[in-house]
Amino acid sequence: MTQYSQIIRDGLWHNNPGFVQLLGLCPLLAVTGTLVNGLGLGIATTLILITSNITVSLIRNIVPNEIRLPVFVLVIASFVTAVEMMLKAFYYDLYLSLGIFIPLIVTNCAVIGRAEAFASKEPVDRAFLDGLMMGLGFTFALTMLGALRELLGYGTLFAQASLMFGQSAEWMTITVFEDYRGFLLAVLPPGAFFGLGLLIAFKNAIDKRSSL
Amino acid sequence: MLIKKMAQTAALLTLFAVLGGGLVAFSFEATHQRIEANKRAALLCTLNELIPFHYYDNDLFTDIREVQDEALLGTEEIVVIYRARKEGKPVAAVFNTLAPDGYNGKIHLLVGINYKGILMGVRVITHKETPGLGDGIELRRSDWILGFNGRSLINPDKGGWQVKRDGGDFDQLTGATITPRAIVKAVHKTLLFFQQYHEEVFAVDAQALEK
Repeated sequence: MTQYSQIIRDGLWHNNPGFVQLLGLCPLLAVTGTLVNGLGLGIATTLILITSNITVSLIRNIVPNEIRLPVFVLVIASFVTAVEMMLKAFYYDLYLSLGIFIPLIVTNCAVIGRAEAFASKEPVDRAFLDGLMMGLGFTFALTMLGALRELLGYGTLFAQASLMFGQSAEWMTITVFEDYRGFLLAVLPPGAFFGLGLLIAFKNAIDKRSSL
Repeated sequence: MLIKKMAQTAALLTLFAVLGGGLVAFSFEATHQRIEANKRAALLCTLNELIPFHYYDNDLFTDIREVQDEALLGTEEIVVIYRARKEGKPVAAVFNTLAPDGYNGKIHLLVGINYKGILMGVRVITHKETPGLGDGIELRRSDWILGFNGRSLINPDKGGWQVKRDGGDFDQLTGATITPRAIVKAVHKTLLFFQQYHEEVFAVDAQALEK
């Protein structure tokens, strides 16, 4: 069994799904135009990771090896569909801005990757913690990339926070550069590749320094 | 032995399919009314930006008419018209139409026209235009779309219903001409349709109430 502390360190940093495993790149690159979008998709993915990890761990002893993958896919697809409906019902504006990327969580390799590589072999408490930590790690990656692109692209942070936190959250929007003319490349998909590359390089630089 | 194992495995897989399907069905039952309400609220909110709610007293969602006229409206898709009335008299109509030739595909629009044929406003509902360039057509990004308020077929006249680059009256957006061009064209077509079928647009008949 894996140690709790190792699960936490792996999920958040050493084996971060966004920065190290490079899984789930499709949503990572597509929705991170703004910080709030990144945060929203990150939270939705975390919910899916936790529920799918718990379920997979619970059924790991009764599901024969041959039908393991189809069952995992079924579990994940049903949970994602349920979460999508919840989001539509309770956070409609956020749903509109995340659009088609919620159903795409089904195809996020990070989710099935954790089910297969971790939850199908470990007890429920550890599977839960792994789902939570991997989710938080992914959210961290999405949020950092969203913040970087929003700052460069629009010169703001937390724009449209009201989509997620309601009208009272308008104050959260920070205009970092007044009269900023915008930087289109950061907003467009190629900017996501550049941004992710920079963040990965930055993370590696930190790792290198701390290992010296 | 092998047959038995296969049957067991198949049964287990079926069980999970049923459980998964059940979860989805349950969430649908629990949320679909709220989702429908959200959709209507969002649409009504936009409709009310075009026709303030004190201008009419009917239910916009039931007083609709669906038309299809590729030659005039420029799209083969069905266009829904929401009719606003006050005490039974027609006040305005909102066309849920689309501009088929945006830079990146279709741009769905709401075009509000009052009974006299003057634009009460235009809003973009969905589009796939380039972020940072073409998305200036969204009201939350720029007020370009407000340039349609108060316009009509005589303001400007025919030649003016183009973007400035083509010699017309309407601004283009910095770095984006195709997007505004498509919208100006679609709004103009809607106005022409409204002029030609003025009576039919507001007609209360059996066909109009069919969904």
